[in-house]
Amino acid sequence: MDYTFHWRPVWKRLPELIEAGLLTMEVAVLAMLLGIVLGMMLAFIRMSGRRELTWFATTWIETARNTPALLQLFFFGFGLGAFGVHLSPYVIVLCALSFNNAGYLAETFRGGFQAVPDTQVRAARSLGMTWGQTYSRIIIPQVLKIVYHPMTNQMVWSVLMSSLGMLVGFRELSGETQFAASQTFRVFEFFAITAVIYYVIVKLILGGSFLIHWKFFRKGEG
Amino acid sequence: MSESINIAAQSASFFTGFKLNDLWYLAGAAGHTLMIAALAISIGTVFGVFFGWVLSVSRWAGAATLGLVLDMFRSVPLIIQLILFFNFFPIIGLPLNPFAAGTIVLVFYTAALVASVARGGIESVPVTTRKAARSLGLTYWQELFYITFPIGCRSALPAWTGVALGVLKDSALVSVLGYVELLRASQILITRTQQPFIILAIAGAFYFALSFPIARITERLERRWQS
Repeated sequence: MDYTFHWRPVWKRLPELIEAGLLTMEVAVLAMLLGIVLGMMLAFIRMSGRRELTWFATTWIETARNTPALLQLFFFGFGLGAFGVHLSPYVIVLCALSFNNAGYLAETFRGGFQAVPDTQVRAARSLGMTWGQTYSRIIIPQVLKIVYHPMTNQMVWSVLMSSLGMLVGFRELSGETQFAASQTFRVFEFFAITAVIYYVIVKLILGGSFLIHWKFFRKGEG
Repeated sequence: MSESINIAAQSASFFTGFKLNDLWYLAGAAGHTLMIAALAISIGTVFGVFFGWVLSVSRWAGAATLGLVLDMFRSVPLIIQLILFFNFFPIIGLPLNPFAAGTIVLVFYTAALVASVARGGIESVPVTTRKAARSLGLTYWQELFYITFPIGCRSALPAWTGVALGVLKDSALVSVLGYVELLRASQILITRTQQPFIILAIAGAFYFALSFPIARITERLERRWQS
């Protein structure tokens, strides 16, 4: 083994890497929020039973779940380019991640809705609540509690998937690392530190998720 | 003006449209994807079940060290792992080709994911069942192989299929190292034909054809076992 590790170039770039790590978190969280909204809509559409709409939602969900995230990313990046739609790397990654998150979350939400008994809807309705009130105050809070852990997992996946942004020229943590590595030729060192940063980000998110769970859902447990 | 026409004519001969032959090329590349995924899943599952068993029996020292290592494989993006190890093997004097490096990383990635699934499967078997088997005279290993694994398999199968399908799709990332599997092949074709939409759609259809049937079969199996 005649390789000398050079860590100094990495330390010099560390502030930039951490800043890029924040960008990673930003895009992952945004994609997650969009994914939750879209996934909720897809779940509702799929449960509504209208044929054309169901077909649309099913296509979305099955495509998101059965093709690689990288392919979806390329689709938003290069595939749309064929129609003259050129998006910035940030938007490409955000769209692809939201698309993917929505597909997975829709199935999660559907399972969650099925776990809440139908009688709850009827009970709330007979108490004089409107549909909107029933769903926003009775059903969805229960569903969110049921699907909280799968949602946390999806959030972690969202962070991990955002690393694919480097392949469409997005300068988040991975893209920044590749850029810095190509300038200094210390590929191993840079990617080792990046791996550590990703580990820390994932742990931060799990910690945050635990705190949110403790704050909102601790009542009525045990 | 005439110059630009000239360039246009040249590029017309340089880029050629999508042909039927290319479909066979993509099908061959899908075979590569299937091969690397099958290798990674089968070897990774063996390791993963072993790790899962270690996690379920060891007290906190063993569980903490192994758990930490496996957790790292789960918490770092696969693409970073691939680039990291691809650049690490030459450092220890073992330069590997993209296929070998990609397979090794995918095996460990699969093992890390399967380990937690296997551990859950093993722990889903009631302790009373295991004790009953032991008191009927089965040795520890007999009990593990004839009682715990078959019962645990049932509860672990859906999660395991999820992992396997995930690895099949994640194997697309090996293209980053330069191994020509389905996604890499589609990129090569895009460079030649300049028709990204149709080629990505076809590549997506190949992935779908590999992944969707397995997902459906498992869903059905799961439903049958539940009822």
